[in-house]
Amino acid sequence: MEVAIVDYGAGNVQSVQFALDRLGVQKYTLTQDPDQIRKADKVIFPGQGAAAAALEKLDQLELTEVLKGLTQPILGICLGMQLFCSFSEEGNTPGLGVFPMKVQRFPQRVKQPQMGWNTIGKLDSPLFKDIPENAYMYLVHSYYVALAAETVATATYGLEYSVAIQKDNFFGVQFHPEKSGPQGQQILSNFLNL
Amino acid sequence: MLTKRIIPCLDIKDGRTVKGVNFVNLRDAGDPVELAAQYARAGADELVFLDISATEEKRKTLAQLVYQVAQVLDIPFTVGGGISAVEHVETLLHNGADKVSVNSAAFRNPELIDQIAHKFGSQCLVVAIDARQIEEEWIVHLVGGKQPTTRGLFDWAQEVAQRGAGEILFTSMDHDGTKNGFANQALAQLSELVNIPIIASGGAGKPEHFSDTFQQGSADAALAASVFHFGEIDIPELKVYLQNQQIPMRI
Repeated sequence: MEVAIVDYGAGNVQSVQFALDRLGVQKYTLTQDPDQIRKADKVIFPGQGAAAAALEKLDQLELTEVLKGLTQPILGICLGMQLFCSFSEEGNTPGLGVFPMKVQRFPQRVKQPQMGWNTIGKLDSPLFKDIPENAYMYLVHSYYVALAAETVATATYGLEYSVAIQKDNFFGVQFHPEKSGPQGQQILSNFLNL
Repeated sequence: MLTKRIIPCLDIKDGRTVKGVNFVNLRDAGDPVELAAQYARAGADELVFLDISATEEKRKTLAQLVYQVAQVLDIPFTVGGGISAVEHVETLLHNGADKVSVNSAAFRNPELIDQIAHKFGSQCLVVAIDARQIEEEWIVHLVGGKQPTTRGLFDWAQEVAQRGAGEILFTSMDHDGTKNGFANQALAQLSELVNIPIIASGGAGKPEHFSDTFQQGSADAALAASVFHFGEIDIPELKVYLQNQQIPMRI
């Protein structure tokens, strides 16, 4: 199995690589090459920082259409998941539009960013095989994806929101599985075994 | 529900853990990698590594250490100590650190906060503030609390939040090392003033101090060093105790 980690300068790729090492994944590549991404069996799309800057980098690398057109399982992590959506309030920018939801700022009544371990529930995806309801995952974010038909797990921080989404071969998780202990590791493993 | 975090802090010098560490089952208590893994297994929510090496030469050792820690650690960790430039941050993040903590350099050059937040995002930036009370006023101190400034804690905290810090690590020099509890009044005031998470530091001695800082001090996380290193407080027991006080904990 070949795993491609999309390297576009906006993600904590080192942590994802180490997590794959711990899982014993032999073949993965850090890449921004469209062909290599297209031919991978699984694609991981990490992301950190600001949405607008990340989208700009994807455009420069001519990866926007490549990612949208993928047919193998692809996992967006954190900002990666948010970029799959139609629009982000962060920088008021359109996203890749794979999912119809908008990315919105958390209400002012809660501290921003949400930082730390929160429970995830209403788990409804093969990603969560062997993961119990209310498992703890590590999150850092100020913007969230609202609830929608594509929601496959929720968390609550000021309000209930989508902490994981899924549509066809596109999977998105707001939390960092690579930083969420053994259960996070399990979720990564579930994705790779899809 | 978002849980409150328990954060052990490890002081690092020349790539080794300093301060005696009283862990059983450790082959090498001075090895930060092994210690980090042990803390992760014990249920620490996050770790902070504070590098107290002084020279540039030694800082290279730190980058290597960060890489080794990131290889084994499956929980987030922050690295601080002497970071004064965007390039330092870049090196540490590239080697696998999740967050960096800046202190004196940010005070002397506040633009550094904007630069780091802009380039890497607020989520990876902790601004550490050391302060002590002088005539009833909380005054920011630099160089590990040795050098007083003329700036008030609350004023500086608001500025760092505006400039893009993702989190504030507040150490009360008056409480640090006393084991008499955290500076809860000042912490509560900070939480009122800024809308970013606050890590309480300085004064942990007993489990009650942790419940007090979460409940009275409104802290989002609590950091301690010696009580954990010397085994005076056991992290799994502490977390059960706090959960019994209705404080949300990851157990």
